[in-house]
Amino acid sequence: MGLKEKILTKSLWVFHISAGSCNNCDIEILDLLTPRYDVERFGIQLIGSIRHADVLLITGAMNKKSLKRLKKLYTQAPKPCFVVAVGSCTCSQQMFKPSYSMQAPLDEIIPVDLYIPGCPPKPEAIISGIVKLIKKVNR
Amino acid sequence: MSKERKIIPIGPYHPLQEEPEFFRLIVEGEKVIDVDIEIGYNHRGIEKLSETKHWDQVTFLVERICGICSTSHPLAYVLAVEDLLGIKPPPRASFIRMIIAELERIHSHLLWLGLAGHFIGYNTVWMWAWKAREPVLDLFELITGNRNHYAMMKIGGVRRDIKEEDYSVIKKTIKELYPQLDLFKKAVRDDPVIHKRTKGVGVLTKQEAISYGVAGPTARASGLKIDVRRDEPYCLYEEIDWQVITTEKGDVYDKILVRVLEMYESCRIIEQCVDRLKPGPIEVEVREIPPGEGIGRAEAPRGEVFHYIRSDGTNQPVRHKVRAPSYMNVASNKFAVKGYSISDAAITLAAVDPCYCCTERAVAYNKNREKIFTGQDLIKLSQEKTKKLEAELK
Repeated sequence: MGLKEKILTKSLWVFHISAGSCNNCDIEILDLLTPRYDVERFGIQLIGSIRHADVLLITGAMNKKSLKRLKKLYTQAPKPCFVVAVGSCTCSQQMFKPSYSMQAPLDEIIPVDLYIPGCPPKPEAIISGIVKLIKKVNR
Repeated sequence: MSKERKIIPIGPYHPLQEEPEFFRLIVEGEKVIDVDIEIGYNHRGIEKLSETKHWDQVTFLVERICGICSTSHPLAYVLAVEDLLGIKPPPRASFIRMIIAELERIHSHLLWLGLAGHFIGYNTVWMWAWKAREPVLDLFELITGNRNHYAMMKIGGVRRDIKEEDYSVIKKTIKELYPQLDLFKKAVRDDPVIHKRTKGVGVLTKQEAISYGVAGPTARASGLKIDVRRDEPYCLYEEIDWQVITTEKGDVYDKILVRVLEMYESCRIIEQCVDRLKPGPIEVEVREIPPGEGIGRAEAPRGEVFHYIRSDGTNQPVRHKVRAPSYMNVASNKFAVKGYSISDAAITLAAVDPCYCCTERAVAYNKNREKIFTGQDLIKLSQEKTKKLEAELK
């Protein structure tokens, strides 16, 4: 990994995109910020603008309407950035795959760095995933 | 500021939370004139999908309609199938269903309370409310094995039993929740800044509440005494001593108050249910689903959830219709935000608890220049107003 990526890992700024999810993964992501898990002590912060993002946390099963927006958002994110697929829906579209409203899974649309399966993944699982990502980059 | 009309789009992507929805605020100066609501970013075709799955699988599918109401939907669905079959679950199963449903109401209201606090600039309320919510999620994990998506409902009963040694844990957690709720009640009732920010803001009158057909706490805050648990009791709500909470004014303050007081009722219901759990079967066996149709209604944290199913005797539903409360509640924003300032819009739109989400960026257009607001700016505007009021009151 290059120098740029290594610098990113000092303090990850996270932007969260929900692309047709059931809300649960989104809430577990928010849960990370609250007192029990409190990831801000590691410098991980949820931010409001994608232009500041180091990590995109993407949830949801990629439906028609949100896919267009997702592609647009990805082009707006500064590169390099890491893409994390949170939840089974994002990883494989889970039980929504046969639906008429569903498009391709996330990794066929944009490159994905990390998959965190689970319905929804526990906050511990998300933290452990992010830690693995940081380790991988620093190696 | 000039009196030109401008459009402020909020969404569909959002810095802080939950689902994508798109609000187009039309403003004149600081005043909101109209709002246009566009939804569908979360459309997954669940009703159609449900026609391709067999009866048991649908329970898991409808659970994933919403991550917060993940008991209300399966509950309404199994009630619909049981209506078709003409069976009643054993009492123990009904009480377990009620315990899960009420725990869900507590966790959902706490979640909303936290977000509401955040929108008016009280991040402390956010952190405290979500901290108080964690023991409830732990309880879910203990009983059902998962923090969310509990998978407890089953046609004819429940999937898992509550162990006897867990009764005391449930009671202890609920008992420890009361002081926390007292804290929130006190914060809402006594804080002058919260009063200034929320009283008389985003008023939904009783008349409008009826004409928009709102449900749940949004309706009850406007003085409509509707609650499926009382109007058409399912499970065994008729055996339990509890009250429907209503307030009269329909502003944001009342909507907060209704939810806080409802949590007390939920706690009371859970305690009574745990006391009434008698050893016994937790399900009746269901072999085949005959042709016919059935409806199920359940009171979700946000209002009435309605499921309709039709069977032709095969192992899949032929038609499955779902009506969720947020759909009507979100539309009532069209009335509630009109005439108030933009800085009140964030909390007003959030007040119906619509799985509110918002703002990737907001752009205020006029003929000569283009000013870019981000979604953060809207929240910032709202938070600045609170700070100003705080300073004034000191």
